[in-house]
This record gives sequence, structure tokens and C-alpha cells, in this order.
Amino acid sequence: MIGLLSYLVFFTSVALILAVVVLGLNLQWGATGLFNAGIVGFYAIGAYAFAILTAPPRPELIGNFGLPWLAGLAGAMVASALAALVIGLATLKLRDDYLAIATFGIASTIQLLALNADPLTGGAMGIASIPNPARGLTGSPIINNLCYLALVLAIVALVYAGLQRLVESPWGRVLKAIREDEIAAQTLGKNISLFRLQAFVLGSMLMGLGGALYVGFVGFISPSDFMPILTFQIWTMLIIGGSGNNKGAILGAIVVWALWTLIGAATSLLVPAQYQAYGGALQSLVIGLILVLTLLLRPRGLIGERSTTSRHAA
Amino acid sequence: MIGQAIADGLLTGGILALGAIGYSLSSQILKFANFAHAEFLTVGAYLALALVTLMGAAEPIGALSFGLPLIVATILAGIGTGLVAIAVDRLVFSRLRSRRAAALTLVFASFGVALMLRNLVLLLWGPDAHYYGQELQIAIEVLPDVRLLPDHVFVLALTLILVVSLHLFLQSSRVGVAMRAMADSPALSQACGIDTASVIRWTWLLAGMLAACAGVFTGLTVQIRPELGFNMLLAVLTAAVLGGSGSLFGAVVGGLIVGLAESLSVLVIPASYKPAVPFLLLLLVLYVRPQGLFAKSTRA
Repeated sequence: MIGLLSYLVFFTSVALILAVVVLGLNLQWGATGLFNAGIVGFYAIGAYAFAILTAPPRPELIGNFGLPWLAGLAGAMVASALAALVIGLATLKLRDDYLAIATFGIASTIQLLALNADPLTGGAMGIASIPNPARGLTGSPIINNLCYLALVLAIVALVYAGLQRLVESPWGRVLKAIREDEIAAQTLGKNISLFRLQAFVLGSMLMGLGGALYVGFVGFISPSDFMPILTFQIWTMLIIGGSGNNKGAILGAIVVWALWTLIGAATSLLVPAQYQAYGGALQSLVIGLILVLTLLLRPRGLIGERSTTSRHAA
Repeated sequence: MIGQAIADGLLTGGILALGAIGYSLSSQILKFANFAHAEFLTVGAYLALALVTLMGAAEPIGALSFGLPLIVATILAGIGTGLVAIAVDRLVFSRLRSRRAAALTLVFASFGVALMLRNLVLLLWGPDAHYYGQELQIAIEVLPDVRLLPDHVFVLALTLILVVSLHLFLQSSRVGVAMRAMADSPALSQACGIDTASVIRWTWLLAGMLAACAGVFTGLTVQIRPELGFNMLLAVLTAAVLGGSGSLFGAVVGGLIVGLAESLSVLVIPASYKPAVPFLLLLLVLYVRPQGLFAKSTRA
């Protein structure tokens, strides 16, 4: 019973952390129509920035400043914002697919840095004992984890509320206008690239925040946490939930993470240990299949975007 | 040192060029970035592997590490990969096109397709590395201090032949002209009575065949793994962006630049950072000359 409960807490925490990332993607893709093919890159930048800022000092590593938790979160968001700025400035005035190619590139490069820039990232060994504000609260690990879950829940609620306000604001309406008809938005005097850049950077900051929350939760960081499959998982979560809808983004995160975990559990039960690599392949195959089938059969996803008409329209 | 690095770079660059040509062809004619293109390299390499295994052992040709079966297998794998590409288009991309989905939706679907193809290959052949043969080869000194394996010389020569024949095909055959017309303006070509569905099939067939050749060549010079194509994706895309849209020549030069930059980079940075070189090149091009080196028009 305790085992199941503690697993449930673990599962929900991870699902909600991923929901923050999906919300970030929803701002980029759902609201603005920007294709980010390197989500895992921005997530990893946030995660590593958080780890480097907050982990206790170790002589062989640069950084590990032991800064407070909130400073770590802020640093993570700043770091991913800077990366997004570099990519965004290079691509957002160009063809749509160049953003996809460049974001894909930054994700591969970050993975390479994580693995090889040992003095900064700890290389393949990673960085350990990353602080978690809930860890020492009580003597019981479950209650501590519940506290962290509450913290994550509060952050998700905050991000959700903030994004809801943003997309309903005049700023959000401009984003939607750009997505629907770029030239029309331009003739209304809107600076398209600037709005795009803002949405892209803000979305990437949320991805970085997600990464920071994740490593803060598990207390450990290593390159194996940042495989390219994460980008696909996040995309699938948004598409399944319904892109353009922030509730859908959160729902998709929970549904797809549950599905992923269940397939993982099923294959590890049914597939002998020496074939575990095949289990992972099966999981990825299913994610790819769901992605394509949803696009073909139910492009709106589970909830989808509310269609909006002007109050003044007849 | 530099001579050897240049020779290695030309070899990788040639292979990348084959990938980039196929990618540019399909992205210009179908108007979307197909991220699954790299998986066609993997599919081609593994199809050739299956065929070579099926045909059994054979005497190697001259100093090469492989015999006639691999050549036959490459041709068949090329056609097979072309058919896989056509099938993917039927099942996924054409359905989205007929619904008039946005180009980015197709990019997105191509990600899903890539994931499926890669993991299907992994499930069928396993995660371990494979080789077309076990023959050992002795490197030949082609220039002072530049050594190449006979296989490498073969790959370079064949790449050159492929590029030249593709150029002739696109310039003078009916299908080639129709393909170029469609790349310029699909609506206008349709109005001129070009059978667009057939041009699309030809495009996938050619893209798949070139990808399969690139895949087999990579398998021959490195090794065959399920991530073979995926690991080259960024380099192939960069080569295509570098080349700019509109010319076969551009994609070839793009491939060679990326290949040379990768292999020369090892002289100044640690080899483990080599895979980051395409990304740096990509950023450089996007900031400085986003229309590519050899764009036909200044339209970005």
C-alpha cells in the first residue's frame, strides 16, 4: 500500500513537471505555430543550470555554488531563455522549417556538451546531491515527496493561470493572428518576428523550468535523462491533449505519461532482461504511432482549441 | 595530417551529399522538411544487409572488402527504400496533403514516422552493430601521407558517378524536367498537364534510392546501427540548408563543406565534439546567409 502510494506520488510529480514543459510547447506551437524540434535541449539547459547553481561545491567541478532553490529556478529559466534567444534570432525571420532544424541541432549539441564537458556537467557521471527543498522537511520520505508534489502543483497552477491570462490578452490574440494569417497580422502593423521571438523565448523558459524541477526532484543529473525521445513525448502529450488548449496540455501530459509508464512496466514484466533494449524500442514505436494516428484521425486531440469568434461578429 | 583529414572529409562529405540531395529533392517538391529522411539511410543500409546475408558469402572483388552480392544488394535496397518512402507517403503524408494540412503538420508527422522506422529497425535487427563483411583491407597510399581503404576509393568514385547521372537525369529526362517544374510551382505544373502524383512518386523513389546508397556507404565505411541515419540527420539537414534550395550542385557542395568541416575540426577541437560542428555551421549560415550558398532566388 505504502509502495503503491509512494509510486503514485512519484508518478504524479513527474507527470506534472512534464506538464510545465508541455505548457511551454503549447505557447510556442499551440498559440503561435512555432515548431520546436529540440524541446529536450531547452529542458536540459534548465536542468543543468539548476544543478550547477544549486549543488554543493565539489573541487573537481566548476560551479556547484550551493545557491538557494529559487535562485536555481531563476537561473535555469534565464539560461534556457538565452539559448532560445540565440536560436530565435537566427531563425524566426526565416522559413518555418529552419526553426525546426535549428532547435533539433541545439538539442543534439546540448546532449554532446552534457556528455563531454566534464568540468561543468560532470560528464557521464553527472552531478549528485542536487538540493530539494522538501527533502529534509520531515522524517518520512513519502510526506517529503508529497510536499514537493504540492510545490510542483502550485507551480503548474501558477503557470497555467499566467498563460491563460497571456493568451487571452491582446498579446495572445496577436500570436493567434500570426499563426492564422501572418500577412494579415503584418498589415495591422504587428512586428511578427518580435512577437514570435517573445513566445518562443517564454515557452523555452518554461521548458527550462521543467528541467530544473525534475532534477530538483530526483536530486541527480546525468546525460541519460535527456534523450531525444523526450522531445517526442512532449509533442505527443500536446497533440493528444489538444494543442491550443492549456487544460489539454496538462491532461495530455498525464495521459501520455501514464501510457508510457504502463507500456514500460508491461514490457519489463513480459520481456526477459537481456531484451530490455527492445522494450524501449517498443515504447518509442508506440509513441510514434500515436503521434501519426492522432494527426491523421483526430488532429484536434482530446480537448482541442476552443473556436473563438469575435463578440462583434453576427 | 591535414591531407588525411581532407581525404576523410571528402569521403564523409560525399556520403552526406547523397543524403542532402535526396532530402532537398523531396523538401522542394513536397514543400516540407522531412525529418524521416535520415531513417531512409538506415532502412537502406539494413535492407542491403538482409539481402547480402540472403545471398551468402562471395569472393571479394579485387582489393575491396565485398563481392558482387553487395552491389546487387545496394541496387535492390535502393529500390526497396524508394518503395518504403512511397508507402510512407501513401499512408501518412498524402493523406495530410489531401486534407490541406499546414506544412508544419507534415514536418511533425515526419517526426512520428522517423521514430517508427528507427524503432522498427531496432526491433527487427537488434541494437548491436552489424557489418557487410569481415574482410580486412590494407590501406593504399593515394597521395604522400594520405591513406584510403580500397572501399573508400570505391565509395568516392560511385558517389561521383551517382551525382553526375542524377544531374543528367534532372536536366534532360521528361521526369526530371517535370520534377524541376514542380519544385518551382506545383500549381503551374499541374496546369501544364504534368501528372503531379507520378512526379511525387518519382521524387520519393529517387530520394529513397539516394538515401539507401548513402546508408550502405556509411555502413561500409563505419558500421551499421539502428541510429546510423539519425546520427547523420543534423549533418544532412545542414548540408541542404547550406546548399540552398534550387540546385543539385548546392547540396553537393553543402555536403562536402559539412564533411570537411567535421573532419578538419578534429585538428583543433577534441574529437568528441565533432558532431556539434554541423550545428555551428548551421547557425553561421542562418545568421550570415540564410538563403544558402547557391540559392536560385533571394526568396528566403
